[in-house]
Amino acid sequence: MRYRFLTAAFAAFAATVALNFAGPAAATDLEVTHWWTSGGEAAAVAELAKAFDATGNHWVDGAIAGSGGTARPIMISRITGGDPMGATQFNHGRQAEELVQAGLMRDLTDIATKGKWTEVVRPKSLLDSCTIDGKIYCVPVNIHSWQWLWLSNEAFQKAGVPMPKDWNEFVAAAPALEKAGIIPLAVGGQPWQASGAFDVLLAAVGGTDAFLKVYKEKDAKFAGGPEIAKVFKAADDARKMAKNTNVQDWNQATNLVITGKAGGQIMGDWAQGEFQVAGKTAGKDYTCLPGLGLNEVIATGGDAFYFPLLKDADKSKAQEVLAETLLDPKTQVAFNLKKGSLPVRGDVDLNAANDCMKKGIAILAKGAVIPWTDQLLSQDSQKQKEDLFSEFFAKPDMSLEEAQKRFADIIASAD
Amino acid sequence: MSNSERPNQLFRNLNAKVASIPMILTALVVFVGGTAWTVLYSFTNSKLLPRLNFVGVDQYYRLWATPRWLVSIENLLIYGIISLVFSLVIGFILAALLDQKIRFEDTFRTIFLYPFALSFIVTGLVWQWLLNPDFGIQRVVRDLGWTSFSFDPLYNSSIVIYGISIAALWQGTGLIMCLMLAGLRGIDEDIWKAARVDGIPMWKTYLFIIIPMMRPVFITTLVIIAAGIVKVYDLVVAQTSGGPGIASEVPAKYVYDYMFFAQNLGQGFAASTMMLLSVVIVIVPWAYLEFGGKKRG
Repeated sequence: MRYRFLTAAFAAFAATVALNFAGPAAATDLEVTHWWTSGGEAAAVAELAKAFDATGNHWVDGAIAGSGGTARPIMISRITGGDPMGATQFNHGRQAEELVQAGLMRDLTDIATKGKWTEVVRPKSLLDSCTIDGKIYCVPVNIHSWQWLWLSNEAFQKAGVPMPKDWNEFVAAAPALEKAGIIPLAVGGQPWQASGAFDVLLAAVGGTDAFLKVYKEKDAKFAGGPEIAKVFKAADDARKMAKNTNVQDWNQATNLVITGKAGGQIMGDWAQGEFQVAGKTAGKDYTCLPGLGLNEVIATGGDAFYFPLLKDADKSKAQEVLAETLLDPKTQVAFNLKKGSLPVRGDVDLNAANDCMKKGIAILAKGAVIPWTDQLLSQDSQKQKEDLFSEFFAKPDMSLEEAQKRFADIIASAD
Repeated sequence: MSNSERPNQLFRNLNAKVASIPMILTALVVFVGGTAWTVLYSFTNSKLLPRLNFVGVDQYYRLWATPRWLVSIENLLIYGIISLVFSLVIGFILAALLDQKIRFEDTFRTIFLYPFALSFIVTGLVWQWLLNPDFGIQRVVRDLGWTSFSFDPLYNSSIVIYGISIAALWQGTGLIMCLMLAGLRGIDEDIWKAARVDGIPMWKTYLFIIIPMMRPVFITTLVIIAAGIVKVYDLVVAQTSGGPGIASEVPAKYVYDYMFFAQNLGQGFAASTMMLLSVVIVIVPWAYLEFGGKKRG
């Protein structure tokens, strides 16, 4: 009896083993980590998974909740700790710089040459951000720009004021909004939101040159000077308008705008995915002002996939397939429409894009682009900036002079 | 070969000594070795990956010039004093009340100890909802009719650390109560009888006889509370993530954020070395007095 049982068990075991051996030949599992977890983002990432699965491989989703700030340390410690995933999202720029320098990331130059990435990826600065010492280490998948002001049409109707056309009109409309019981500006409690909002104000109120002088040339004297003082004045307006926001996450803040509880939000174009998931129409339910209506530029920040160096030959092969899939015109369109971001290829058809995306594409076509802080500053400087602005936004009695002085100090020591 | 006595000393209780080798190695390699490594690298400018590129005390200089670190230290002091004083006082009072041979003692003990079974993350989330002005206590009281009632500690920079302390006390006091109760049960019944015969009032008996007798229990409790104070991290992350702004930041969170988020290991190591130093400054003289004294006496 026992003998028979053993035989059966062995047979079952053998069958499983056989299946396991058969498995990888047909489809390689590739774990992909990312921090796309809000409704709109999850819908977008599903498009990538679908496209990759269609190549006969299998996308193992490694979503890490809690935005980039939570996810990046986990990703980095997995890579440095010797348990690398198949591919991982980062914001292209300097976040993965040291991982590349330490030789932990895969050089994609061959695949890039084969796929003529230098010709199709636009604007060129995107690929530059992926390039370290002449070699390409990442695949940009989208262009995300922070420079958007999202306004709720419903909120402005309720307050009885016309839709503002730029930041200044928005500030002027704030008292009316407050009177109607609406929070004029929603800024969530996560530190990067406050710091991002300031950077947007810097590019919009201060202008492109001022932005580059501060973050690219790291001119501390200029950062402490009168031109940047104007930007701090605008940040003070924003601070006053945002004082009643009692939410943490950015998508909760976006939700306040969607439901008309808040007048507007300064947030990147990823907020658009949320409006879409909520079934809102651009122009009718919400309005978007790129560059806050003052300086229509688009920052070429965004997301990219990096591929850790793996020993497994099958997985390395699957990495190549994934890299090609990500830049495929069809994937680019499907993904970016859901995500609300702009595709990295100039040669794709985006008729399905909505008003806001079309505005973005037009600005991109004009070439009004600036690099973003992810590309210009180290994570260390970014974090100090976040600490400063989250304190600034939460503390109404922090003086503008003090804030600007500390800002100039950060720029002086920035790398 | 004249000192043939000594190997005997060394090999006495050989089994026990062999058995403790793994723990000794763990202590040496993981604790001491890891600490030494961290301190060494805190003098370097390591960014994402550790590198031996010494920059002297630059990291410490920067640390003590950072407003966020100073806020963290201040918060830790406030939180520390509150949780030390209140959990001891409340814990002891609860234990003394339970010790009055009341009915349903087991039930009460379970209720008071129950929060301790929850992690700080769960505790933090529960209290985040309770203290949220739109859903929690403030809302309930307002719905009852007191419309001007305001209680939103987590959204007010100047009192947010007290809001966090409330959750910590709720979670931790039960354990302190149990320790105290065990201590009270360890007191000989005859001492109570003697005190009663002498006509000493109950509160005086507690204050001047029982508490001094419970000194070892108090010391154990103190160590447990103190360790909990220095390492507080998850409670803050769950309740406020350090907000509003940087008003509820704590040192452990600074270490984590700068090591992993800002990709600046040197800065994170410098901060953790400062945490270690503060613990050492407090613990060493105290341990010396406490345990060194006992051996002599």
